[in-house]
Amino acid sequence: MSYAINRVTVPVSVDEEKCIADKGCTVCVDVCPLDVLAIDLAKGTAYMKFDECWYCMPCEKDCPTGAVNVDIPYLLR
Amino acid sequence: MNTIEMEVDVLVIGGGTAGPMAAVKAKEKNPDLRVLVLEKANVKRSGAISMGMDGLNNAVIPGHATPEQYVKEITVANDGIVNQKTVLAYAQNSFDMIQELDKWGVKFEKDETGDYAVKKVHHIGTYVLPMPEGHNMKKVLYRQLKKRRVEVTNRLVATRLLLDSNGAIAGAMAVDCRTADFYIIRTKTVILATGAAGRLGLPTSGYLFGTYENPTNAGDGYSLAYHAGAELSGIECFQINPLIKDYNGPSCAYVTGPFGGYTANAKGDRFIECDYWSGQMMMEFYRELEGGNGPVFLKMNHLAEETIAQIEEILHSNERPSRGRFHAGRGLNYRDGMVEMHISEIGLCSGHSASGVWVNEKAETTVPGLYAAGDLACVPHNYMLGAFVYGKFAGESAAEYCATHTLPPVDAGQVERERARVWGPLNVTDGLPPSQVEYKLRRMVNDYLQPPKITRKMEIGLQRFAEVGEDLGRLSASNPHELMRAMEVHFIRDCAEMAATASLYRKESRWGLYHYRADFPEKNDEDWFVHVQLKKDDQGEMTCFTRPVDPYVIPLDEEEKTAYQKLRIVKESAIA
Repeated sequence: MSYAINRVTVPVSVDEEKCIADKGCTVCVDVCPLDVLAIDLAKGTAYMKFDECWYCMPCEKDCPTGAVNVDIPYLLR
Repeated sequence: MNTIEMEVDVLVIGGGTAGPMAAVKAKEKNPDLRVLVLEKANVKRSGAISMGMDGLNNAVIPGHATPEQYVKEITVANDGIVNQKTVLAYAQNSFDMIQELDKWGVKFEKDETGDYAVKKVHHIGTYVLPMPEGHNMKKVLYRQLKKRRVEVTNRLVATRLLLDSNGAIAGAMAVDCRTADFYIIRTKTVILATGAAGRLGLPTSGYLFGTYENPTNAGDGYSLAYHAGAELSGIECFQINPLIKDYNGPSCAYVTGPFGGYTANAKGDRFIECDYWSGQMMMEFYRELEGGNGPVFLKMNHLAEETIAQIEEILHSNERPSRGRFHAGRGLNYRDGMVEMHISEIGLCSGHSASGVWVNEKAETTVPGLYAAGDLACVPHNYMLGAFVYGKFAGESAAEYCATHTLPPVDAGQVERERARVWGPLNVTDGLPPSQVEYKLRRMVNDYLQPPKITRKMEIGLQRFAEVGEDLGRLSASNPHELMRAMEVHFIRDCAEMAATASLYRKESRWGLYHYRADFPEKNDEDWFVHVQLKKDDQGEMTCFTRPVDPYVIPLDEEEKTAYQKLRIVKESAIA
């Protein structure tokens, strides 16, 4: 079987200036009910790894530095 | 990938609403019990109320409502098919639970005298208690879990229950969605609190996770109970809700109604007398949506500025706080426009309708040692407060069971088969991505099961679900996260098959739109005033049968019985 890669825009964005994942923070990753966020170890910041968002917002509300923004997924906007 | 073994007395699967309550109450009953909450996400922010809740929809508070009156209301709202004992048990414990939550720090709306400020939304009685600061719900529950020293594991997906040689609970198996480690948890009792089957139909947006329910709730518990041999009931009584179109969250007529907001057609006219969610109300909603006066809207633009500001404050900060962002993106302001509405995809959820695992008034299922509470337990229209009350019943019942039972041995064959099934997708290198299989499966749920239900379509649906069943062995997962999604496809497929099978079995129409069969359009009390039960039989086949409705403990008069049949506003003919 062969596979294609489809590009999609994702609703959760992280301000790399404000994100403190490099200091060990994983709050947004911890609270996501769908487990779609992850830490990019090379950059030391959080990012949305899987396009499976319920736009429920714990990641944004619980972020200690206000680095996370949840938009409505494009298909619903 | 490791295999990890654990041993507890009470295993609570699901740490959202009913689960934490069950764990706390089991510990209260006997602090020496080893109680573990197994959560698929993180208990701090999980389940249907991950962001909080804006009110209690079914508060039975002295001075405003009585348990007897509430039982009558739910009996007629659910078209007569209720085990009244379960609803009565809820109603009699409703107020104590509100007071306990109040003591724990949940803030309910009170009037100037300190009395609970209950609002009328239902057709007959008064049961809605707003929680303007309901966003702290999960924090309150988390504090109680810590206080009672309940153990918690996050990010574990329960995949099957273990049974002893007599068919009683012996344990559960789970997989870690970050490491793919396999867990064997021996336990005397299991409490299922996994919420609705919310990822069954596909939202019209086509976005797999844009569901009404928290999409983490994929019907896991329905599948777990089914494979353990438990009876399920009312599966054909689907959950279909009136929602904000595209956003697919509740438009919250319950919140806006007491302030003067209402559901309207394109002309801005009311067409239903009561915004309380019932199958009968959904039928009228559906007719208006598809009719010449459609679509349907939530109307607030006639309200005063301060009222609208207050509504905004509640709706944009509690249950689904991103709705403000959605409206802003479309340039909609409640002050000058109406909110376009639509109907949700189908789901299974006793919190709103009646489909669930069969339980009695002690939250016992038909499997010894297995209990159920919350959206997946069949106590009609039970909502969040019902989840708390049945969570309490389940925790206390499980603690009692533990006192008289020893830990059963685990059958190695069941473990081996399950480990092979769960890890299977990791070994398929050239297979189907779970997201693609899920999309196709759920699109077919819409095509074949969305009411109006039609016999031949549902039969074709069953055939398609069986074909997807054959594809399950070809699912591949490239990481533990995808493995979780693959296992969820199994749950969703089971729920789809159950939804079609139970719907085909009940050869009449009932519950308005929830079970509207185009080829059996009438309600038939003579043959179908019964519960339809569904279970896995001794040959491993899905089977349905009927259970009589127990004689009512709270009798209804004829006028009350038809209250929910007359929801459409009848316009008086114009005077010449």
